[in-house]
Amino acid sequence: MSESRIPAAFMTPGTSSFADFLTAQSPELLPRHDGVPGNLSDIAPHGTTIVAATFPGGVIIAGDRRATQGNLIAERDMRKVFPSDEYSAVGIAGSAGIAVELVKLFQTELEHYEKIEGTTLSIEGKASRLSALVRGNLAMAMQGLVVVPLFVGFDPDAEKGRIYGYDPTGGRFEQTGYTGVGSGSLFAKGSLKKLYRPDLDEAGLVAVLIQALYDAADDDSATGGPDLSRRLFPLVHVITADGGRTLPDAEVAAVAENVIAGRLQRPDGPIAELEAK
Amino acid sequence: MSTPFYVSPEQLMRDRADFARKGIARGRALVSLQYADGIVFASENPSAALHKVSEIYDRIAFAAVGRYNEFENLRIAGVRLADMRGYAYDRRDVTGRGLANAYAQTLGTIFSSGGEKPYEVELFVGEIGDSAEDDQLYRLTYDGQVVDEHGFAAIGGAAESVGGYLKERYTQGATLEDAIRLAVAALGHTDTDDREIAAKDLEVAVLDRNRTQPRKFRRIRPATLVEILSSVTTKPQVEEAKPAAVEAPAEKTVEKAGENAGDKSAEKPVADSPLAPPAEDDGEPPIAPPLD
Repeated sequence: MSESRIPAAFMTPGTSSFADFLTAQSPELLPRHDGVPGNLSDIAPHGTTIVAATFPGGVIIAGDRRATQGNLIAERDMRKVFPSDEYSAVGIAGSAGIAVELVKLFQTELEHYEKIEGTTLSIEGKASRLSALVRGNLAMAMQGLVVVPLFVGFDPDAEKGRIYGYDPTGGRFEQTGYTGVGSGSLFAKGSLKKLYRPDLDEAGLVAVLIQALYDAADDDSATGGPDLSRRLFPLVHVITADGGRTLPDAEVAAVAENVIAGRLQRPDGPIAELEAK
Repeated sequence: MSTPFYVSPEQLMRDRADFARKGIARGRALVSLQYADGIVFASENPSAALHKVSEIYDRIAFAAVGRYNEFENLRIAGVRLADMRGYAYDRRDVTGRGLANAYAQTLGTIFSSGGEKPYEVELFVGEIGDSAEDDQLYRLTYDGQVVDEHGFAAIGGAAESVGGYLKERYTQGATLEDAIRLAVAALGHTDTDDREIAAKDLEVAVLDRNRTQPRKFRRIRPATLVEILSSVTTKPQVEEAKPAAVEAPAEKTVEKAGENAGDKSAEKPVADSPLAPPAEDDGEPPIAPPLD
C-alpha cells in the first residue's frame, strides 16, 4: 500500500465494481492486451472441457485437468474450475492464461461488491457481471485468445442450482439441467444427454459427470482423462444451500476408478434405456 | 490592505484537534478485544444497514466511530486498496500494517493541511495471525497517529470510561462468548451508571481464525447475540454483576472525571448508585450525528 496519502479516486464514492474501478485507475492490470497484432491462438495453452449439471438442491461443476498447446499437452494438472464465491463457481475453457486472470478478476469483483455494499449480488447479477468481463475480452477473442466460461451457482430465492453458458461476445444463456463447454463438450454433452436425469442425487450426478468427462477424453485429444499413474483426477465442485465445496481428491478418485473399471468391461460406457420409462 | 490575523501554529493545531475531538465525542464508544481465536469488535449501533465494523480483506477488519460519511470513505478506500493489491500481487501481500499506514498518512495529511476540515473519526484496523501472538490491532486517531494496541482498546465518545472498565476486567485468551459479554458490558458502562444494551442495538463482528474459509470476518447474528448475552443473566451474572456494582466503587478512590488518561483506572464517582435509573437514550442516530 502506498506510503503517502490515499489518492482521492480511492475515497470517492461511486462504483462498487472492482473491474470498473480498475479500468479507471489501473487499466494495465486488466487481463486485456488490446492492440497486439496478428493471430495469437497458438502462443498460449488452451483449457478444454468443463461440464455442469443441476440436481435437486444444488448444482455440480466438473472439469478435466489438461491444457494443450497445438498438438502438445501443455499442462496435466491444470485447474479450470474455481469457486467464485461461497455460492457460485466458474469453469473455463479457452485461452488458459487469459481465462485464469479473468476468473481472478471475477472473484475479486464479487467479493469487492459484497464488501462495499454489505450484501451479495443476486445470481443473475453475478452472471451478468461475468458477461461484462467476457465481453471486455472480445478484442482478444478476435485474435484467437477466446475465453468461454461456464458459471454455476445456488439461487437462494428459488432454492435451486442454476447454470449459465456464455459466448465469446459475453452473451449469456441460462441452461436447463446440464451443459458443457470447451473442445470436448460435444462428446460430454452427448454422454450427459443419455445419462442425466433431473432426479439424480449428488453422488449419482458426480458419477454421471465423470462418465461425461471420460467420454470427452475418449474422443477429444485435447481433453484429459483420469490420470491413474499420476493420480490426477477431474476437479469437482458441489454447491448447495450450505455453500460450495470442492470434493477431496480421494472422493473423486474413487468415482473415477469405478468408471474406469466399468469401461474395462464396456469401453463405451453405460447403455441408456431404449424405451421411455 | 488589511493585515491578516496571525494565529500561531500551536493554536491552529489545538483548534483543529478540539474540533475533531468534539465531533468524535458525540458518538458512542466502540471496543475491540482480542480473544483466544481472534479479535472481536462491538459497538452500539441500532442501524442494521449502516455498519461501523466491516470486512476489508481475508484477515483484516475495519471499525470506526465519528462521522459516517468520512469513515465510510476511508473504509471504501481500504477495500479498494486491499483488493487492488491482492489482485495485482497476491492475497498474502495485503497487510493490516500497510493499510494502517495508508490511513495514518491520509488522516495526518488532512489534519495538518490548512485547506481541509480535519476528519472527525477514530478507527481500528485489526488483523489476525495464525495465533493470538500474531494478532495486530491498530488504533488510529483523527490526526493520523497510529497506536499499536494489545489486548483491548476503546474509541469514540465514552472511550475513557469504557477503556477503564475493560482494563479492570480484561483477561487474555478468553472465549468468544466471554469476550462479547465483557465488550457489551463495557459499552454500557459510564461514569455514572451501568446500563444493559439491547441485543438489537448492538453491532458485533469478529475476525475468527477458526473459520475454514480464507475470509475470516463474520458478523454475529442478532439471534446468536441474544443467546450469548442472555446466558450471562442466568449464570455468570451472579459473579459478574456484583463486582461491577459493589466492588468497583468500594475499591477505587474517586477521581475527577476526565482527569486520568483513560486507562489508568476505572473512575466511579460517588454519585454512582446501582439503583440509579439508566441514562435516558439521547436519541443518537445509528452512526455519529451530523455537525450542527
